[in-house]
Formats: sequence, C-alpha cells, structure tokens
Amino acid sequence: MFEGYSLAELGSIFAMQGFAGLILFSVFVLMALGLAIIFGQMGVINMAHGEFMILGAYVTYLCSNVISSTVPALFPAYFFIAMILAFFASGALGMLVEWGMIRFLYRRPLDTLLATWGLSLILQQVFRSVFGAREVGVVLPDWLMGSVAVTDTIEVPINGLFVMALTIAITVVIYTVMFRSRWGQGVRAVMQNRVMAGAVGINTEKVDRYTFGLGCGIAGVAGSAFTMVGSTGPTSGQLYIVDTFLVVVFGGAQSLIGTIASAFTISQAQSTMEFFLSGSTAKVLTLLTVVVILMLRPQGLFVLKVRR
Amino acid sequence: MTRNAQNGLLGRIDGDVAGILLLAALLVIVLPLGLDIFRLNMVGKYLTYAFVALGLVLCWGSAGILSLGQGIFFGIGGYCMAMFLKLEASSPEATKIQSTPGIPDFMDWNQLTALPWFWEPFHSLTFSIVAVVAVPALLALIVGLAMFKRRVGGVYFAIITQAFAAILTILIVGQQGYTGGINGITDLRTLKGWDIRTDEAKLVLYFVNAALLIGCILLCLYVRRSKLGRILVALRDKEDRVRFSGYDVANFKIFVFCFAAALSAVGGAMFTLQVGFMSPSFVGIVPSIEMVIYCAVGGRLSLLGAVYGTLLVNWAKTMLSESFPELWLFAMGALFIGVVMVFPNGLAGLYQQYIAPRLRRPTVGRTTMPAAAAPIIPPHTAAD
Repeated sequence: MFEGYSLAELGSIFAMQGFAGLILFSVFVLMALGLAIIFGQMGVINMAHGEFMILGAYVTYLCSNVISSTVPALFPAYFFIAMILAFFASGALGMLVEWGMIRFLYRRPLDTLLATWGLSLILQQVFRSVFGAREVGVVLPDWLMGSVAVTDTIEVPINGLFVMALTIAITVVIYTVMFRSRWGQGVRAVMQNRVMAGAVGINTEKVDRYTFGLGCGIAGVAGSAFTMVGSTGPTSGQLYIVDTFLVVVFGGAQSLIGTIASAFTISQAQSTMEFFLSGSTAKVLTLLTVVVILMLRPQGLFVLKVRR
Repeated sequence: MTRNAQNGLLGRIDGDVAGILLLAALLVIVLPLGLDIFRLNMVGKYLTYAFVALGLVLCWGSAGILSLGQGIFFGIGGYCMAMFLKLEASSPEATKIQSTPGIPDFMDWNQLTALPWFWEPFHSLTFSIVAVVAVPALLALIVGLAMFKRRVGGVYFAIITQAFAAILTILIVGQQGYTGGINGITDLRTLKGWDIRTDEAKLVLYFVNAALLIGCILLCLYVRRSKLGRILVALRDKEDRVRFSGYDVANFKIFVFCFAAALSAVGGAMFTLQVGFMSPSFVGIVPSIEMVIYCAVGGRLSLLGAVYGTLLVNWAKTMLSESFPELWLFAMGALFIGVVMVFPNGLAGLYQQYIAPRLRRPTVGRTTMPAAAAPIIPPHTAAD
C-alpha cells in the first residue's frame, strides 16, 4: 500500500493524516472526558451523552446567529460566550435528568442504559422539531479561517489548532477540578465508597447531581467545539456514542489518563489507515482491534487500583 | 424445594400451556380471518421480531445478560436466507443482460466478475438453512467464549455487543460488491421455483412462521423449566453462589447467548422470506436496541409477554408513523423510560398484578394458593 509514494511524500501524508487524527482526537477526548466522569466515576451509562453534546452544538449555532444579527461587534468572540452557555445549558439539563431519572437507577446500570437511550430518542426528536432535520453549520469568525503552512507540503487549518488548544485547556481544568480541588476529592470519595463518604459528612446526593451535571456540561462544550470542525444534525450525537464508549472502556473506565491515551490511539490509528484504505475498512479495523483487545484485557489499558 | 413450590410450578405450566394455546388460536385462526393479506403479511413481519424477543427473554430476563447486538444475529440469519434466494434469482438466463451473467446484479454493478468464495455454498438450500442457525450460533460462541470465560458481563458486555453491531453494519455497507451495501439484498423472487411474492405464498409463509414461533416458544419453555433454566435464574441473582456451588457459570451463559442468537437468526430468515429483502438497516445499533424494547414492553420474564409486546410495539410504530411520524420517536423514548422506571415487568407484570388475580378468584377460594398470582420474580431482583 505504500507503492508510488516517495519518502518525503509519505512523511507529509503521515503528518497531515496525523493532524487530521489530532482533530478527531480532540473531539473524542472532549466527548470521552464527560463520559469518563459519568461512566467511569459514577458507573452510569449515559446513552444520551451524544445528545447533550448536540445540545451544546445547537446552543453555539443559536448564539452565532443571535450575536451576528444583534451585536456584530462581538462576533469574533462569540465562540467563548457560546461555549459558556453550552456548558450551562447541557449541565442544567443533565442535573434535571439526574434528578428526574438517573438517581432512581444507580443500582441498575443496564436499566439506566435503556432509559437514557429513550431520553436520547426524545431529545433527537426535539432537535428535529425545533431546528429541522437538515444539518446546520456555524459561520466561523475571520481569525479562525485559513490555515498555517508549516512546510511546502504540510498545511494545518487554524480551526483545528484552536480546537486542540481548547481540548488541552479543558483537560487541564477538569484534571484540576477532579484531582486538586476539595470538591473533586469529595466526588472521588463518593465513587470509591459511597457509604463511608456519607458517614464522614459528604452530601452524596448533591455530589452525584453536580458530577452528572459536570459530565453533561463538558459534553456541551464538546458540542460547541464540534461545530468548528463539522456540521450539526439531530442525529449527529448517535454517530459518536459507540466510539466514545469504546474510548472510555478501552482506556480503563476509571482513569482519565487512560481515556486520553486510548482516544489518542484510536483516533490516530483510524485517520492514518483512512488514507490508505477506504474509510469504512479503516473504521472496521480500528473498532475490531479495540474490541479484540478489550476481550483479551477487559479492564482496559489503565487500571485504577482500589481496594473494595 | 417443598411440595408446595412444586405444585405452584405445575399450576404455572398449565397456565403457560393455556396461554400458548390462546396465542396459537389468535395467530392461526383469528388474525388470518380478520386481516387482509397485506396486513397479515405485516403481522408476519412483526412476528419475526418476536423470535428475537424470545431469545432476549431467556438471555436477558432469565440469565441477566443484556445483549444489544441481537440485530447482528437477526441480520446474519436474514442474509444467509437472502443469499440463497438471490443466487436462485440470478440464474444465467435471468441475468443475461449483465456483463457477467449468473452473478447477483449488485456484484455486476460493482465490477465483480466472479462469485466470491463465501457465496458459493449458498447455492444449496440445505447448506443455507443450516447456515441460518449455525453461523450466528458460532459467532455467539466465539464472542461468548471470549467474554464470559473472562467474567466480563453486565454493562461491558452490552457495550461490546453494541460495538459489534456497529462493526457489522459498517462492514456490510462498506463492502458493497459482496453484500449489496446500504440497499441490502433485494429483488428476491423464488424459493426452489416457488414464487414467494404471490399472496398465496405469503399466506403459507405466515402460517409456517406462526408454527415456527409456537415451536420456539415451547422450546424456550422447556429450557426455562429444565434444571438449566433454574441455574440461569440463579446465576442472574447470585452469580458467585452458583460458581461456588461448583457450576461453571460461563458455560451456561455461553449456551443461553448462543441459543438466543440462533432464535434471532430463525426470525431473520423468516423475515427475508416474508418481506422479500434484507438490508443493513435491520442489523445496526438502533434496530438491535429496539428489539430489546419489544421484549421489555412485553415483560422481560415472560415468553408470551414478549410476543405480545413485539406485536403491540410494532403495531403502534406502524400506526404512529403512518399518521404522526414525528410522534413516534417521542412515544418510543417514553416507552424506554416508562418500561424501566414505572413497570419493569412489562405487560406480563401488569397482567400478573391486576388481571390474573381476578381470573383466578373462583379457584383461589378453594385451593389455598394465592401466592401463584404474585410476580414470578420480585421487581428489585429483576432489575439487575
């Protein structure tokens, strides 16, 4: 499959595909981080995670339309406002869902899966009724357009760079919140031993609600970032949900580092293979490899050792 | 177990047999008399999903293994049948306008000049029928061996089976020349020279399907009543205790998963025969999880409930999507949430709770068996 390419060309191909893989990686990481918190830390299967992401994307879309028609001066910075709004919209919906549904199902993970699938169907139809079945895209401000030429043969798009920077920033924030703040300590305590955490005075119900909200909020931000590299339709979320679950499971459900490592592996493998094979074959090979590895090593790449 | 419990079991067997006779009467007498051939064919199509639901009752209801990949097996069964029918429809005479006569039309469109090797055996009907059951069961065996021997279960199993459903769909859609791609295998005409598209053929196929379904229900009932069936329930509720009692838990799980896969595949094959095509839209994630809701609505613990649940959900789907297409997803979503949160034992649970006690009141007064009306499994254990 390498015939007909010179060494330099191959280098450029790998660099360009590697960069495309990095964008895919960013989207995976953003989506998987929210899921890793909800699934990895709380043990809740949220099949509606993709729809929370799409909610964030639609909020961004609305925001870009509203700002460009009312206060065009703010347009270059609309993305930051949209991201914050997306976080709070998805987070608030997430907390509502936790309060109305998830909290009754903590001991029944399979049932959570079915119930959140139902929720995802309802949300999809809501999106379709409100925004129409056609995919929508946002207008990027000027400073995000274009690309940077690194060498003669390698060019990287600016919006991709921006999404990557955003991913790094958000990952750092989440890491700090989960592992360096008192609140994160409480979350981890509840997840490791709910009864004991309750006994030392942590309000476990409140922690659950905010954790779920945080996970969904991150999904909203992911959706917001997603609008920069792709268009949004009512069913876009569903396309990513299985991939994202595999990313989280592959990385080891309780490890944030594992999630990032597995997102990197999967996205790079997929985008590099995509250039040489057809898109569907690349996807099948990647998913099959992940599934086979998971069968051989069900606990995932990174395992958090906890005494139960 | 005491004598009392055995009496209860016998009493239920009678009840089950009566229920199956009632269902048989409905399927074989009432529906064919009451519906025209178009609607009857549609009911036949719904009933093919009931095979999947039956498999899920055993796999999910009895043994607690939720597979979100039953569409895989339904699809493989259907594809095996479709491949045979397609080869029969692509005889060299019928396809002489193609650049390569004698191969299915979609292969010709995709510039294939010879039949791929894995299509060759499907010239034989016997092989195809064996393959309908054997290929899915074999796949289930491999997946089951890999997962259950390593004690992977619950949510992880559900996600992995779902990933398999995604992989198979992408594969079928991507390998257009070999599988017919997104359109699937269409334009199926005859089975050994017998035109399956006529009204008479549809009627005959409906009865074959109904008979097969009743047969499968009896088979499932036999499995559930056997010692194996009781071990399945035991390992659902306390897996470790069953393991410590000296049973190899994994083998039982593998068996029930393969059994459910084979059942789904029979449904898939009957689907192809009655509907006349097979496509990846019956394989992927969405149809697979929809099949779970058929079973859940009927009651994940009840074989008959699963059949009625399948009929009801599909009927509602057809009605709603004919008149209010935008409402269907809302209704479906609400069903998923409702069935989990409000009535986890489905229609069968409601029947057991409200209707069965009324039916039994005259006899309950004389015999002292009120316990028979209670749900078979308490809701809190059914949930996991």
